[in-house]
Amino acid sequence: MKTAVLVFPGSNCDRDLAVALERVTGTAPAMVWHGETALPDGVGLVAVPGGFSYGDYLRSGAIAARSPIMRAVVEAADKGLPVLGVCNGFQVLTEAGLLPGALMRNARLTFVCRDATLTVGNASSAFTRSYAAGERIVVPVAHHDGNYYADDETLDRLEGENRVAFRYADTVNGSRRDIAGILNARGNVLGMMPHPERRVEAAHGGTDGRRLFEGLLETVGA
Amino acid sequence: MKINIFVTLKPGVLDPQGRAIHHALGSLGFEGVGDVRAGKLIEMEVADDTDDQALDAMCRQLLANTVIENYRIERA
Repeated sequence: MKTAVLVFPGSNCDRDLAVALERVTGTAPAMVWHGETALPDGVGLVAVPGGFSYGDYLRSGAIAARSPIMRAVVEAADKGLPVLGVCNGFQVLTEAGLLPGALMRNARLTFVCRDATLTVGNASSAFTRSYAAGERIVVPVAHHDGNYYADDETLDRLEGENRVAFRYADTVNGSRRDIAGILNARGNVLGMMPHPERRVEAAHGGTDGRRLFEGLLETVGA
Repeated sequence: MKINIFVTLKPGVLDPQGRAIHHALGSLGFEGVGDVRAGKLIEMEVADDTDDQALDAMCRQLLANTVIENYRIERA
């Protein structure tokens, strides 16, 4: 599977994502600079990395979401291409309108950097099919603005349509209904604050994150 | 022409920053402060013929995230 990792000024998890994707798919992803206007041909996944794009100016992810490459990503996502946003990438996807809600300052105002236990919600999406619904997995978080907010109606809809991919098993950042990751209505866009790319080999302390990429590979095909 | 854009959190959206400010005011001994909510002021210099519609579009498309924020445009 060919993949692409976006790179914005201030991205800092792009290389981690690239290493994880290469380990799992056997092919190094194309690194795509934010100023590009088109995605490389034939990619089966676009990954939007963590970091502090544009210094988190205005709002986390706000400026990156308006960059030229994001127009191409929105267009491709609308046609069904899988798009994964991790951490700042999740913030970018909400700002770009690909996912509902917003990520606000953590409730206790502190930067949270630790392993988080997650409960898998939807286990049938392209991203989560290698997990079992209700399974607990451990994936690290590292963020300041991970406090997921959406109004009650949106939250009810997300739950009713089985679009909550992951929840925090214990309170991490004040997110409404402990939401850690959500899917779009079609199921081809996943945004999550925890970093699966930081849990892909035994030396990381576990491989729960690797299974997300393996599940994707199975769905999209080699 | 100078424009001030005030971006504030919508009512009902929790503002942990405002709460921390409120707490700090209390520890400084200021009493009687009810609620505190923190927002942003964006000052812009724009061409004199910039119309309200354009200013509104700027707010909706970039300056405010209308999922969580309201905005108010003021010609300074």
